[in-house]
Formats: sequence, C-alpha cells, structure tokens
Amino acid sequence: MISKKVNSVKEALTGIANGMTLLVGGFGLCGIPENAIAELVQLHIKELTCVSNNAGVDDFGLGLLLQKHQIKKMVSSYVGENHEFERQMLSGEIEVELIPQGTLAERCRSSKMGIPAFFTPAGVGTEVAEEKEVREFNGKQYLLEYAVKADFALIKAWKGDEAGNLIFKGTARNFNQVMCGAAKINVVEVEELVPVGELNPNEIHVPGVFVQRIFQGEKYEKRIEKLTLSE
Amino acid sequence: MLTKEQIAQRISKELQDSFYVNLGIGIPTLVANYVPSGINVEFQSENGVLGMGAFPTREQVDADLINAGKQTITTLPGASFFDSELSFGMIRGQHIDLTVLGAMEVSQYGDIANWKIPGKMVKGMGGAMDLVASAENIIVAMMHTNRVGASKLLKQCSLPLTGVGCVKTIVTNLGLLTVENNQFVLQETAPNIGIEYVKSVTEGDLVVSSTCKEMEF
Repeated sequence: MISKKVNSVKEALTGIANGMTLLVGGFGLCGIPENAIAELVQLHIKELTCVSNNAGVDDFGLGLLLQKHQIKKMVSSYVGENHEFERQMLSGEIEVELIPQGTLAERCRSSKMGIPAFFTPAGVGTEVAEEKEVREFNGKQYLLEYAVKADFALIKAWKGDEAGNLIFKGTARNFNQVMCGAAKINVVEVEELVPVGELNPNEIHVPGVFVQRIFQGEKYEKRIEKLTLSE
Repeated sequence: MLTKEQIAQRISKELQDSFYVNLGIGIPTLVANYVPSGINVEFQSENGVLGMGAFPTREQVDADLINAGKQTITTLPGASFFDSELSFGMIRGQHIDLTVLGAMEVSQYGDIANWKIPGKMVKGMGGAMDLVASAENIIVAMMHTNRVGASKLLKQCSLPLTGVGCVKTIVTNLGLLTVENNQFVLQETAPNIGIEYVKSVTEGDLVVSSTCKEMEF
C-alpha cells in the first residue's frame, strides 16, 4: 500500500505559494474543501488564481479568501450570490474569466486524462468564442478549448482511505471528482479517513493514484446556501 | 396574462413519456410541479443528479444534496449521482431530451441572452451555454416584456449572447411562440390577451399562425 496520509491540513498544503493556480472543488457551498480554504486564509497566501465553479458567498467558501484580497484571478462559470466579489469584479480589483460550466469541467477532465485540447459547441457565436479557433465538424461549429494547468487541486470527499481512494456523497461529488488528478499535486480532505481495506473496491469513485495527499478535516460546517422546504 | 405557475403549467404539456429533462432556475423549476399524470419523466440537475424529487421536509434536509439553483432537494427511487464532467457529457452528448430555461432576451433568429448586463450585472453563464449549444429541444420560459415594459422578443439581442440560433419555442405570460424562418410565429395566446396586444409588445418580426388559438387550462 502506498500511503497518501498526512497528519494535518498544514502538512497537506505544504508548497502552496503566492501566485499559484489552484483548482477548488465544490458547487456553490456544496462539497467545498472547508478546511483547506480556512488554512489558506491563515497562511496569508496571495495572488492566487482560483479555478472553481463558483466564488463562494460573502462570508464562506472562497468568499473568505476574497475578503482578504488573496485572489488575483477567478476562473468560474457562475459568480452570483457574492456581493463582495461582484464589487471587486466591477471595480476591476479582481480579474475574472467566466467560462461555460461544461467547458470548465472538460478542461479539468482533459488535464487529468492527458488530453491537451478539445472542441466543444458551448459558446460558439458568443463572447466566449473571442480569439478562439472555430472548426466545423459534421456541419456544426465548435470551439477549441485547452486543458487547464494548475499547481494544486483542493478536493473534498466524504470518505477516503490511507491509499487515497475516495467516495463522494450526493451532489457533493460535482467538480471534486473531475478535478482530483487534474493538478500537479492533488490534496484531498475527507470527513472520515479509514484504514485501507475498509472501503469496498467496487464503490470507489476516485482511485488513489490521482491523490498525492489525504487528511481528515477537523470540522465541517456544511453550510446550506438556499434552504428550500416542501410545504 | 399567465402567472409564472401557468407558464410552467403550459410548458409541462410539452413533456413526453420517458423524457429526461433539465430545468433552469426560476420559472422552469416550477414545471416539475405539473407533470401530466400517466407520464414518466426524470429531471436532471447539472450539478450531478438524475431523478430529482420534491424539496425536502426539515427532517430530510441534507447539505450534500442540492440542485443547480443551490436549493435543497430530495431524490426519487432510481436516482443517480455523478460528477460535473459526466453531467455535461449527458448534455453535450444529447442524452437529455428537453431543456427549459429563462432568458433576458430572445431574437427572431432564435438567439438567446441570459447571463450578463455589461457594467451592471455579471452572474455568469453557468451551464446555460452548454445546454443551448447542444440541446435539440429548448423551451424558453420568460415574461414577454422587461420591468420597464420593453419587449424581450427582439429583432436582435442587445445583451451578450448565450447561444445562437438555438431557441425553437418560447412561452411567455402572453402566449406561446415558435421561431421559424427567422421570425416569431404566434401559436397560442394567453386567455383574454388579444393577438393585437401580443403584436404591440413584440419588437421582432411576428406572424400569426393560421392555427393560432387561445390557451386552455
């Protein structure tokens, strides 16, 4: 067994430096790497480029890094629900690249799978297509998009073992599964870290080969963005 | 004039048995409340679930279970979870039969704008660009005019586009229109809304179908 276990979030984030590009899992506040984000705030690491579907809310998720001006550039598909972010964006304090959600996912997948670029129909004829190569296949137009390049991926899973095998829960899988393996160093935090042999190999969502470091998060708030109940 | 619920109710009549359906945020979400009896459909949410059910009771709430609008949800028997990459594979690969989404503007060429107002509001396109670029069957659900009374059905969109030449059907508070041969075709009017009124608040070229009728509920 090759052990990926580290003993603390501090150890897990060793090597993250100013100016790096990070992939950050989650959709809205669902499945975000809470412990890693909290540690980045403590470490005062700046000038980060964060690739993440959303930018958190004002006081949680990546919003915590935005508050401290630690993010130089966000690469996302949807950034509503965050007023501080909108302010920084409209005033030009933060650089923003908005890309279609499926393109974001595929750019991560390509990186993980060793594919440098791909063609997708999303964004043809829109601002997203500016300065991009367009090619026609079977009578339909597609944009050339490139695999994302990142230094670290910060991933949140439900359960993991010391070999780095991961299982996700519900819709918290979202970008976590596809991003895990897409960066040079893939750091995973889990709610429950178990010894090898305890997870059923038939139920693994991400094999440990895509993971460099894994640790058990100290606590999870798992905040709900829009609590909606049936009558 | 139709209420938002009635717009959703009218769209629900376009659901067919065994359809996989993606519903956008806002009015489209309401379509799930009006699935005709005797029809089985499955709702996909692009953040990674097929087989979405109703909103949860307080006891059922799970922070790890939300829809693309970030609302808490439940799942139905037969549901499945997957990641964002597989989710958009379903969408781009045309495995989803119907997409219903909102819009700020639609043009008579079937162009749609729904993600940005330059200098004022930038929320992002989310999954909308992938959805409209790939879906065979797209229905737009929206109000016929904006807050200041200006038409949202235009000759050309003024806002940044989400997709080009993709919208085929639009259901507004005033009626149901299709996009054919670079013009809007009025197919149905809302109860007690005359054809002339719809014409007066449609900026794009509009023709009236020979079979145009009043909507029934």
